[in-house]
Amino acid sequence: MPELLELKNVSKVYSRGLLSKTSTTALSNVTLNLSETEPTILTVAGESGSGKTTLAMLLLGFIAPTTGEILYRGQDISKLTGDARLTFRREVQAVFQDPFAVFNPFYTVDHLLTVPIQRFKLAKSKAEAFSKMEEALMAVGLQPNEILGRFPHQLSGGQRQRINVARALLLRPRLLVADEPVSMVDASLRATILETLRNLQRSYGVSIIYITHDLTTAYHISKSIIVLYRGAVMEAGDVDVVIKSPQHPYTRLLIDSIPWPDVNRHWGETEIKARESELNVHSTGCQFYARCPFAMDKCLTPPPLFRINDHQAASCYLYDENSSIKPEQLSEMLPV
Amino acid sequence: MTSQTQVNWAVTEAPAKDAKDPVLQVVNLRVSYYTDAGRALALDNVSLSLAAGEKLGLVGESGSGKSTMALAMMRMIKPPGRIEAGQVMVGDTDLMALDDRAMLRARLSKIAYIPQGAMNSLNPVLRIGAQMADAIRAHDSRASRSDIVKRSEKALASVDLNPSVAKMYAHELSGGMKQRVCIAISILLNPSVIICDEPTSALDVVTQRQVMETIDRVQKQIGAAVILIGHDMGLMAQFVDKVAVMYAGRLMELSTVRQMFTEPKHPYAQALIHSLPNLDNKGVFAGIPGLAPSLLRLPGGCPFHPRCSKVMDVCRTVVPPFDSLPDGRKVACHLYSTDMPKAA
Amino acid sequence: MATLALPQAQSYRPSQFRLAVKYLRRNPSLAIGLAIVIGLTLFTAIGLLTVNLKHAYPLQVASRQPPSLKYPFGTDFFGADLLPAMVLGLWQTALIGILAGALGTGIGAVLGFISAYFGGFLDTAIKGVCQILTPIPGFLIQIIIAGSIDKRDVTIYTMALVVMLLAWMGPTLVIRSQVLTMKERQFVSVAELSGMGDLGIIFTEIMPNLLPFLAAAFITQVFGAIFASFGLSVLGLGPLREPLMGNIIWQAQNQNAFINGWWWWPLEPAAAVVLILSSLALINMGLDEVSNPRIRRSE
Repeated sequence: MPELLELKNVSKVYSRGLLSKTSTTALSNVTLNLSETEPTILTVAGESGSGKTTLAMLLLGFIAPTTGEILYRGQDISKLTGDARLTFRREVQAVFQDPFAVFNPFYTVDHLLTVPIQRFKLAKSKAEAFSKMEEALMAVGLQPNEILGRFPHQLSGGQRQRINVARALLLRPRLLVADEPVSMVDASLRATILETLRNLQRSYGVSIIYITHDLTTAYHISKSIIVLYRGAVMEAGDVDVVIKSPQHPYTRLLIDSIPWPDVNRHWGETEIKARESELNVHSTGCQFYARCPFAMDKCLTPPPLFRINDHQAASCYLYDENSSIKPEQLSEMLPV
Repeated sequence: MTSQTQVNWAVTEAPAKDAKDPVLQVVNLRVSYYTDAGRALALDNVSLSLAAGEKLGLVGESGSGKSTMALAMMRMIKPPGRIEAGQVMVGDTDLMALDDRAMLRARLSKIAYIPQGAMNSLNPVLRIGAQMADAIRAHDSRASRSDIVKRSEKALASVDLNPSVAKMYAHELSGGMKQRVCIAISILLNPSVIICDEPTSALDVVTQRQVMETIDRVQKQIGAAVILIGHDMGLMAQFVDKVAVMYAGRLMELSTVRQMFTEPKHPYAQALIHSLPNLDNKGVFAGIPGLAPSLLRLPGGCPFHPRCSKVMDVCRTVVPPFDSLPDGRKVACHLYSTDMPKAA
Repeated sequence: MATLALPQAQSYRPSQFRLAVKYLRRNPSLAIGLAIVIGLTLFTAIGLLTVNLKHAYPLQVASRQPPSLKYPFGTDFFGADLLPAMVLGLWQTALIGILAGALGTGIGAVLGFISAYFGGFLDTAIKGVCQILTPIPGFLIQIIIAGSIDKRDVTIYTMALVVMLLAWMGPTLVIRSQVLTMKERQFVSVAELSGMGDLGIIFTEIMPNLLPFLAAAFITQVFGAIFASFGLSVLGLGPLREPLMGNIIWQAQNQNAFINGWWWWPLEPAAAVVLILSSLALINMGLDEVSNPRIRRSE
């Protein structure tokens, strides 16, 4: 039985210029597997520029990898055509960050739900389609008669994002890519939306890749996590372990800088080396070299992933006494 | 052009002001928007005061009135909005009583405002230094070139930016740097009050911390009071001294940050705090059911009563006054009204 | 500076018509432009139905008569009644404008969409052709073409074709750039995720959003076409038998109408052209505001 999702040595490099090519590596050498039989929620964490959005675009088939391949249920997604492609589209869905941008301002919000029902033939009649839409809207806590027939600008951001999640519910995909689904939503509504996403996984067996920079929500919703920085995996493992005892210096900086809503827990004393210090440094080794307080000479060659314990691995030479694990084995570190 | 946040300059603190003298006093501010669909009461009798060096966090859902509050204090409400009542005293001056020219001069020199998305609103065709010079010249058209340069450099240094940034364009800077430029512009004329509207919403967590630490340092340096508007309670917990919670254009609670997080009084504030994720309650989600009311049709009495778990009959008809509690906090809730019997 | 986004009141929803009327009060260009166009259309329509159009041609009625009850617009040197001449001329001008405008916009839309959506070699080719042809002075070429066609072949339809030949590049490039922006919008990605194919996306997702824009491009093209045809006919290069506005003025010029005291003869078509063109320009300005909500005046 093929895996649900396999990324094999996937890299994405953007190069510009005709004569002398300047290239930016958005993602370098990511290998990942998601099991078909055990739906899980995996967090891909990183700041802007980490490659997490590139990863989302690759998974959804909007861009093609420069090297490596992405297999969905055993098939290379860049080679899918016809019916197979339609099936791929039906089974792999997304919830995006901006609640307003996903709506076509020309149509009412119903359009977002009716189009996939029609294209994927999810209902045999208009009445059935309507009842499915009502069901999905109520499941996210919205009143259908207050929502259907309205234009996107007439609703609040929270309502719009809930409609997006309702769309995901309606489609019952196998894989859901959630790209910062709650970052543009009020704090009081985040809990509800995240709860719905978790229900999707628990009750309907949907695997979710939760992309975010907010580690607090990641902690609550997911089981495993990989931390990206400038396209490379810094640390990966069980989310409880990684967040409560981060090993990689970057993860430590990240956790330290989280503004916990707790008056007793202050922003750490870790020194922040400003990002501008790396505007001129082109890193050939560890991507975090320019900002790392523990930088050593050997960091100029890319570090492999070192095993910290059964459920945690970090790519940092500070742990080079531990055994290193091959990229293919990364998924074993991620519990389900 | 590298820079680190650990900077070794001698910090000259502003002369200590009497902590009890409020540097900002807002009294019964009321703002309405007159639209085709009716009158929306955006701010209803909002009052608060701040001492020099104090940091106040203004939280609320979108539509609660927090940005309107900032615009009203700066007298930047445009039609169909109208400031209908209230005073905004900065020091001894009532901003509402000033004429247009005097208000122009008061902006930036007495009270500064960093709007949401400020970093994306820097003029793309002017160098940073030119924009700072513009701000200074608008207040003192006879300022000498060397004076302007000196002030600009001092402002840039206090936000930990290299003075060469003055010669750069906005697009050459990163998000965090642009936001720090906006902070620098806001302190050019040593205002007494700085209002920041979601200064870090588009920044990552690490840059966010850097920017907030910058605001903190800068504020201590010039002894200003800061109002931080946002909806990230975590940021409030880390940064401010007092927290004010707004709902549907009214202030619901005003407490110190410790009080707000450990023992919120108003049911809305309680629900907000309860819905925050933290490391000890993994997997427990508690949202607030219902939706904020439309400002065009506010419910009678307390605006929160339709969603309140502790609602009483009086809440539906009588607007609760924003009263002080014995420990100095202020709450607008009938549960704490001294002349009403407590809920059974 | 900032405006408050207010949630809509749930129960009060004014009807579309009332909203439209309210909007027109705030958009005077669109209102006035539309009013003039409607007025001219009514004049032409009623005229076509009631007036004897044969009198628009020479040798029909008494010549050189000033405006009077019998001949409300007067008559010209050749014995044509100017009222039916204006009616017919307006109709033909409109026809040229709309034909050339529709053709130009249509070609522009098709090429622009194809070019922007599919990209690659097709895009480079179409874009390249447009960019090479644009700097060519259109009016001069039109004069050469019109001047070298046998006079008998010049009809309103050949005029429309000539006028459109060098005007289609503008809409193509402009629509192309609009589609390029639209293509990157997230609702297009979502439509793709919902299983929509390329054609579906173009017609269902992108085009409706470009309608105000296409309308504005159409109006611009009509404006350009009427202006160009007017220019050509004033120089005597139009279909000389037809009472087009430009033709009337050309004939009036040839007969020294003003010096001879027949002031109504050139003035009436001149006024008509000014009305048509200014109303189109006003509508265009008004449409600009409709399609760009950011410059909408607040209530």
